[in-house]
Amino acid sequence: MTSAQTINLPEARARSAPVVLQVRDLRVYFETARGPVKAVDGVSFQLRERQKLGLVGESGSGKSTIALALLRLIRPPGRIVGGHIELEGANLLDLTEERMRRVRLARIALVTQGAMNSLNPVLRVRDQVRDSLEDHDERCSGREFKARLDNLLDRVGLPRRVASMFPHELSGGMKQRVCIAIAISLRPKVIIADEPTSALDVLIQRQIMETLRIVQDDLGAASILIGRDMGLMAQSVDTVGVMYAGKLVEVGNVHDVFAEPLHPYTQALIASLPSLERKAQMQRIAGSPPSLLNRPTAAPFAQRCPVVLARCALEDPPLREIRPNHWVACHLY
Amino acid sequence: MTPLIEARQVTKRFGGGLFQANSSVALDDFSLAIEASPASITAVVGESGSGKTTLGRLLLGLTTPSEGQVLYRGKDTRALSGRERRQFHRDVQAIFQDPYEAFNPFYKVDHVLEVPAMKFGLAPSRSAARKLIEQALSDVGLRPDETLGRHPHQLSGGQRQRIMVARALLMRPKLIVADEPVSMVDASLRATILETLRSLNQEFGISLVYITHDLTTAYQISQNVIVLYRGSVAEAGDVEKVVKEPAHPYTQLLIGSIPLPDPDRPWQPLMTRADTSEPHGSGCKFADRCPFADITDPRCRQVEPPFFKPQPNRVVACYRQKSSPTVPHEDLTKVLSEPGAVTDSITGLNPSAAAG
Repeated sequence: MTSAQTINLPEARARSAPVVLQVRDLRVYFETARGPVKAVDGVSFQLRERQKLGLVGESGSGKSTIALALLRLIRPPGRIVGGHIELEGANLLDLTEERMRRVRLARIALVTQGAMNSLNPVLRVRDQVRDSLEDHDERCSGREFKARLDNLLDRVGLPRRVASMFPHELSGGMKQRVCIAIAISLRPKVIIADEPTSALDVLIQRQIMETLRIVQDDLGAASILIGRDMGLMAQSVDTVGVMYAGKLVEVGNVHDVFAEPLHPYTQALIASLPSLERKAQMQRIAGSPPSLLNRPTAAPFAQRCPVVLARCALEDPPLREIRPNHWVACHLY
Repeated sequence: MTPLIEARQVTKRFGGGLFQANSSVALDDFSLAIEASPASITAVVGESGSGKTTLGRLLLGLTTPSEGQVLYRGKDTRALSGRERRQFHRDVQAIFQDPYEAFNPFYKVDHVLEVPAMKFGLAPSRSAARKLIEQALSDVGLRPDETLGRHPHQLSGGQRQRIMVARALLMRPKLIVADEPVSMVDASLRATILETLRSLNQEFGISLVYITHDLTTAYQISQNVIVLYRGSVAEAGDVEKVVKEPAHPYTQLLIGSIPLPDPDRPWQPLMTRADTSEPHGSGCKFADRCPFADITDPRCRQVEPPFFKPQPNRVVACYRQKSSPTVPHEDLTKVLSEPGAVTDSITGLNPSAAAG
């Protein structure tokens, strides 16, 4: 087991701010008849106050599984088989189910991809917000609640009349704003946004990302943005972590990673982006990710890697700090 | 020459029946013709609600216009004989967004390829059909032995989407209407699928209408682009010009909102106002959001701007271009068929009539 890498935790922000979330050697496996599928396989990172971390990867890379694991929402046959998730000093994996329920939303909140599906279709926006507050024993008088609700709607840029509307009366972008309002209603320390804009148009996407940034700065919270679009990462986060086949293969300051991507997979991801400047320079990444079932010890990207070494077939490289605050898991370095 | 397919002054409304007060206009007085040859790639770009999917469905004959006509080889698609209709549905093929929903999970993927091969009589026998299918799969970069005999869930989204491209190719169509074919596949596969579509255009002479919300992929694949806003053409022309020097404030807004993969070039502050729910009145549909409305021309909020033509192969529906000559909506195809690579504006005003 490669638990040695957990001594130093990848991060790329001014080291003065207090650490709010520490994830060490997180492993999430899905049991199948043919053995465990290692969806998340030894992921470590930490997050400081106000930090904006982006986790980027293809479908199946384990990025959304991390989001669910951080909230302890993994359902069977999935299981968190190892690791620590320390939020403000307490290991979430040790909490009782009831304690964990209280941590969700209040300390760590999730904004999901399907804003369409995460709201209750038969409740007015007002009642959805009230439900989430009452669920956390934040009862307040009618007048207090009204003030709080208005304040939340203001902060996510929604008109106050939205309070009495039903989800079907709202556009996709407005629904996602309602989800953000609920997510920040208890002033969490960490906001996780799992592809919050993948179903939305570019203009709305930009507005939602700006809303997220504003509310996060207001709260002084840390955030994790999960997505597949490197362009959105470049615009929205300060630290980027690249996931591949259940592992973090590169972590660094967003400027460093885009200026000099070290891992061949990160390089390929950036090269595969369509540009508005030059035609026909989209590069394809040949092949597909390896099966996460019974994976041999090898560099996970080896089969698709343009610069593969003999060692790559034998050893899985650990995540190491190659440059100050720039981590990569690759035998080239 | 009769175009392969032509939308002639098409308007499509939804709702607004006897008992509904308001109808909404999905597409408003739109004209476009697509020739069988030379094979072209036209991108249609817009947000949800722009009418781009409605346009695709009209061209595919999946819906009929409220006003105007859709013509297949010069004949109204509503008046086609059985034989002509079969030929129409063979000549014009569709690829949709979701490579998951296009398959019946109970059948092997062979099914979606075999049925059209047999139904349309593409091959005299099962074994000949099999050969055609294998060839089509190879043409889109799939290995038949790794694809056939499998169920949809055993294939990746990218593989499934390429099977849909192979299915379209099997019919040897003249035109493929692809509605957001890559918005649900990963970045690494997006390039592969776009390359495949482009090679169908170049190697097999198939025209493509590429419908998307994503200007970057539209730029990569197309020659001409049509930017739709709430059912009307905001701007259209040579993709290089439209992307490099967008003239309509809406196109500028779209381009300015694309997240560039460069943290040192952050989003610039928006000049436009937030979207308000409903457009009012009869003027430009973008006026409510436009930073230049009113200061440009009093007509912005009164009369919908006509197409202004500031340079060859370019129309812009905006009064900021009012010093340029106007062209009627029906002439969009003619303008789009003008040579586009001219860099200077205005000077080369020689409408070289529709090619081919």
